[in-house]
Amino acid sequence: MTQDKNMSLLEVQHLQIEYPSRHGVMVAVKDLSFSITAGEIVGIVGESGAGKSTIGNAIIDLLSPPGVIAQGEVYLNGNKISGLSREQMRQVRGSKIGFIFQDPMTSLNSLFTIEQQMVETVLANMDVSREQAYQRSLDMLAAVGIPEPELRIKQYPHQFSGGMRQRVVIAIALICEPELIIADEPTTALDVSIQDQILELIKKLCKERQVGCMLVTHDMGVVASVTDKVAVMYRGQLVEMGSTAQVLGAPNHEYTKSLISAVPRSDLKLVRFPLVNYIETAEEIHQLDIANHWLGQSQDQKQYQGPLLKVENVNLRFTTKDSIFPSRREYVQASNNVSFEIHEGETFGLVGESGSGKSTIARAIAGLYTPQSGNITFEGVELTELKSEQARRPLRRQMQMVFQNPYTSMNPRMKVADIIAEPIRFHRLAEKHQVDQIVSDLLDHVGLGRKAGLKYPHEFSGGQRQRISIARALATRPRLLICDEPTSALDVSVQAQILNLLKDLQDELNLTMLFISHDLPVIRQMCDRIGVMKHGHLVEVGNSEQIFTAPQHEYSKNLISLMPSFAAFSKQNLQIAK
Amino acid sequence: MFTFLLKRLVQATIVMLVISLVAFAVKDNLGDPLRELTGQSVSEAERQKMRTEMGLNDPFVVQYKRFLINAVQGDFGTSYTFNRPALEVILDRLVATLELVFAATLIIIGLSIPLGVYCAINPKHGFSKLVMAISSIGISIPVFLTAILLMYVFSIELGWLPAYGRGETANWLGWESGFFTLDGLAHLILPAFALASIMLPLFIRLVRSEMIEQLSSEYVKFAYAKGLPQRRVWYLHALKNTLLPVLTVGGVQIGTMVAYTILTEKVFQWPGTGFLFLDSIQRTDTPVITAYVIVVGLIFVITNTIVDLLYGLINPTVNLTAKG
Repeated sequence: MTQDKNMSLLEVQHLQIEYPSRHGVMVAVKDLSFSITAGEIVGIVGESGAGKSTIGNAIIDLLSPPGVIAQGEVYLNGNKISGLSREQMRQVRGSKIGFIFQDPMTSLNSLFTIEQQMVETVLANMDVSREQAYQRSLDMLAAVGIPEPELRIKQYPHQFSGGMRQRVVIAIALICEPELIIADEPTTALDVSIQDQILELIKKLCKERQVGCMLVTHDMGVVASVTDKVAVMYRGQLVEMGSTAQVLGAPNHEYTKSLISAVPRSDLKLVRFPLVNYIETAEEIHQLDIANHWLGQSQDQKQYQGPLLKVENVNLRFTTKDSIFPSRREYVQASNNVSFEIHEGETFGLVGESGSGKSTIARAIAGLYTPQSGNITFEGVELTELKSEQARRPLRRQMQMVFQNPYTSMNPRMKVADIIAEPIRFHRLAEKHQVDQIVSDLLDHVGLGRKAGLKYPHEFSGGQRQRISIARALATRPRLLICDEPTSALDVSVQAQILNLLKDLQDELNLTMLFISHDLPVIRQMCDRIGVMKHGHLVEVGNSEQIFTAPQHEYSKNLISLMPSFAAFSKQNLQIAK
Repeated sequence: MFTFLLKRLVQATIVMLVISLVAFAVKDNLGDPLRELTGQSVSEAERQKMRTEMGLNDPFVVQYKRFLINAVQGDFGTSYTFNRPALEVILDRLVATLELVFAATLIIIGLSIPLGVYCAINPKHGFSKLVMAISSIGISIPVFLTAILLMYVFSIELGWLPAYGRGETANWLGWESGFFTLDGLAHLILPAFALASIMLPLFIRLVRSEMIEQLSSEYVKFAYAKGLPQRRVWYLHALKNTLLPVLTVGGVQIGTMVAYTILTEKVFQWPGTGFLFLDSIQRTDTPVITAYVIVVGLIFVITNTIVDLLYGLINPTVNLTAKG
């Protein structure tokens, strides 16, 4: 090992990572150089496929095969750590570099107690006795804010909540006093309020212990709130690096500009997201004469005065513990006396943390769950009283859903054209010879191009698949579109495109939307009125702008104050909503 | 936990009732028991009288009820061939069968886990490919053929091991078994390998695919990132998770193996229940056949329940109390 005292804590020089395959070499990261000093938090941002996670994995030599470091060197404290033997590398991992993964649900082994998983880490990296290792684990758990560490350390991972598990993961990453932490999307799987706590914790520990931190994330809000410096990655290349304030406030590179403009703003509502076509260019939306097209000629005209959808005192519970004795059964009340109305043509947003019952309500409206009590009325028709599937069918046609995960919500064995045509054929909405034409027009209209119909879902990216989902939902000419977290599996720029598309479609077709999201800025951009949910209760309903500017309920206030924001950006070229 | 056991008990009872119904139907349809009991000299009137006395003229339900009441008390009637209670005959032979199944299980566990893990860790190695090739051939060869091949090679050509019989047994703490004599062990090897050959390929493949899945999981990557040595990650973290599904499948398969002993025991002239069962069919010894079906069914149900309980003990995320 060579040593150079002038180097920073982590020095990456001309790093190139390649994935050789039968079809040629895929270069994941190209000629990357950057450095991190002690106590500094450097954010690596970029969208999926930009190669940001690959960097972290390459530094600790855990690239998934067949990935290799083709060129370049990595130095830690002046010592070269790239190209070490397996045993030398093992001594670096854990003791010099700690790693935090994205999903705390899967990064701990569910068959071992927290104690076993912590103590083994200490024993593998430090020369201490078992008792000392145990004591160290207890101290570390206390340091990351786990109450009653003596009791909790004996438990298994599934007995911890997501946020608590991520604290345990952080404790494990820091327990052997590493000089550098690599955090790979540490808060992506967590709720906003927990995200905030975890970020604060990482920040505090880094400053206190003078540990360098490489924070890989796709979330600009996270970058803005904790990092000192930021590096922007685009397709394997570093396009811009500098202090956080400079990169976010006055970006130089075109890509950075478009990325920042695609981030939903929490501070004001825009008509559309600007400049978002940098990454995934959709085909130009084919102009259709909606008024004369099949799509615009819905047979369901408005015949009812009053709200399109009315939800009244809906109660829905799930059994968590079953027993033959009714008194010993346990339930979780997913929806507790929830009431709201959605009017024709508006977008109603439901917002809340995971487990608050947002999706449960959506599914109850779509008829996938049956509430224990309460009424759901669509255009004056009482849905809970419809007993037969036959009676429900016309209503199912008028309400369609777009699901969160575009990877699992489509049958992988069906061609895209068949996926979209299926609801049209099932509900007999068009003559047989018309169907193909309608499907092509729909594909054109959502920006995929008609050729897409001949392919299978796996040939598309996440954003394109979500366009397919939207086309499928539109195929029955619905009046109410229920979007359940439609963009939370997508990158920001793709999210911006999808949200723009939804807004366009809503204007053209006078769609009514129920929009569910945990992401407050997205809700602000999309919704006219919103409802805030907490543990199955609807705590506040009101106009979107009013709730964002002057929330009434304590929980809404808290939620809105925790929203990561980056208000320091340039506001040029943005269309401001009136 | 209590409700879980209670539920399992109710389920087991239902399963056993169905099995008993099948067994009883078999008993009722396997020829005329009087023909086995009486000679040709007995007159038709005499036969009718005996029929009524034995209750054979009663309606099906009455006969089934009587059968159930007796069966619960362990009375399946007297074997025609042995002139002893049928259950006693079965239990006498059961030790030999369980000995065989136990030996085969040991072979399966002892070979499938190391081989499966090796194939998962070194998927491109020549030895792994060889193991996988042999295992796919192994799946397709029927057990009696394997048995005859083993016999031909190891006892007829090489003369290393005895070809049939159970050999000398010894008594240890009231347990009469071939495990305690060299001769008994020598006799056990070929039949045990023949019996194991059915399940072994399946288990190697199961262990391999589970292990491959575990090795690509996030917690394994995190374990490496913690600085753990590779051996610990493989043989402690990944292996323990691999063994969970193997345990569930394994429990069911052990029950199935008791059934497969019929062929193995016949080929090796092993004096166990399977061998007895085939003989009983040839002799239309209905009490023994019914008793066999019920005893094997019971073994099945018991092993499955034990496996479910064990699974709950090993996997902390399964909460038997909450399952209720």
